[in-house]
Amino acid sequence: MVRSDSEDEAREVLDADDVQRALTRIAHEVLERNKGAQSVILLGIPTRGVPLARRLAERIGEVEGRPIPHGSLDITMFRDDLRMRPARGLGRTELPDGGIDGAVVVLVDDVLFSGRSIRAALDALSELGRPHAVQLAVLVDRGHRQFPIRADYVGKNLPTSTRESVQVLLAEHDGRDAVLIGGSDDTHDPSAEGGGTA
Amino acid sequence: MTRHLLSAADLTRDDATLILDTADELARVSDRPVKKLPTLRGRTVVNLFFEDSTRTRISFEAAAKRLSADVINFSAKGSSVSKGESLKDTALTLEAMGADAVVIRHPASGAPHTLAHSGWIGGSIVNAGDGTHEHPTQALLDAFTMRRHLSSLDGRKVVIVGDVLHSRVARSNVLLLSTLGADVTLVAPPTLLPVGVEQWPCAYSYDLDASLEGADAVMMLRVQRERMDAAFFPSAREYSRRYGLDAERMERLPGEAIIMHPGPMNRGLEITAAVADSDRAVIVEQVTNGVSVRMAVLYLLLGGSDSALGGVE
Repeated sequence: MVRSDSEDEAREVLDADDVQRALTRIAHEVLERNKGAQSVILLGIPTRGVPLARRLAERIGEVEGRPIPHGSLDITMFRDDLRMRPARGLGRTELPDGGIDGAVVVLVDDVLFSGRSIRAALDALSELGRPHAVQLAVLVDRGHRQFPIRADYVGKNLPTSTRESVQVLLAEHDGRDAVLIGGSDDTHDPSAEGGGTA
Repeated sequence: MTRHLLSAADLTRDDATLILDTADELARVSDRPVKKLPTLRGRTVVNLFFEDSTRTRISFEAAAKRLSADVINFSAKGSSVSKGESLKDTALTLEAMGADAVVIRHPASGAPHTLAHSGWIGGSIVNAGDGTHEHPTQALLDAFTMRRHLSSLDGRKVVIVGDVLHSRVARSNVLLLSTLGADVTLVAPPTLLPVGVEQWPCAYSYDLDASLEGADAVMMLRVQRERMDAAFFPSAREYSRRYGLDAERMERLPGEAIIMHPGPMNRGLEITAAVADSDRAVIVEQVTNGVSVRMAVLYLLLGGSDSALGGVE
């Protein structure tokens, strides 16, 4: 495995097996909390929330014995820091057929940090319909919230300092699954959501 | 960074692709129950139209409103321009009102360029058609429409037919489509091709039938009688016989080829009604796509702290 410089300084806190186990546990918790998966829709926040939502949908589907609807929710246009950086290209919003009205939408993201991304996601969601309930699943909760937002399902609570960076690697994008915690990065502000990963 | 969109020539391949990809995502907004995004809330877009236009002005207005911008429509008729106010004084007025972007249509080629480089105005300038010079958002919506039907523009054969001399649409399309890798052929009578066309990044021909062979897209241009101060062709009948697209010529096109027209059409002159209303004509779709493409341009120019265009040199 060839490692980049930034990965060299980074410490692996979750390996591929840990990530798998965390997702399996979250899948079961979603089923338990919602007493099955009727009307559950998983929506991933680009970039790495999308493959996570797909994997969770597959795991829940295996238990339920039927496909679970999943999709993606781009939040770029709803971010509150849009005007602090140059305009960016957009991710994809893809809803399952039938939309989200009356559904239990589980938002899926890789890292929960300031909570600003999730606030933006709630805004984006309200433009698309009226879900019965919205829940939040994240692979890593690294603390430092700036909004009154918490996750319903957490793969791993990771106490960090704001000076550290958390990086989620997924096979679909990065060739392998892992969660890395890096040394002092240029990202010190939790409002730059994802600690340099997003 | 380029804050303005003045010419299709200013767009790199990356810029153009970013605009088209963004438009692809924004097109999906039109299918939603709430056709609005909050992105440009609090920003003011002025439509400054010194020349008549329906679809371009309405299209920019719809695009800005879907992004929640405030829109001020300014048309020269019934304004102080008809009392003799200069472009400069009009620009200073708009600046004083806090325009973040000015979408300008002007009969004089180069007016948007003047506005952008004069220092009269701090906002972004978007060229919505200047004289016989350029109309970059039209070229973008044409490229967007072609990309949707032909998937990629690389190596595709695009034939642009008609009044190239007076057409800002043709010029912008040649520049943009060649940037995106398409092979463009201009077809017109010699009198309606501009001097120096051999320097353009495209081929040209006087023979429509020969040029239509193997075409992936055919774009018919409007014969712009209002800009014609001399006889450019003997008669309308002869023009349509040699350069008009009728059902017979359409039948000879390859099966997948699409037929385009920037509008407004002179039915019976450059295109017959049968062709304009046929399944292969994507003329109405071009109008729909215009809104998505203009949303993308406004978002990429105004959405962030800085423009997203011209970033990578």
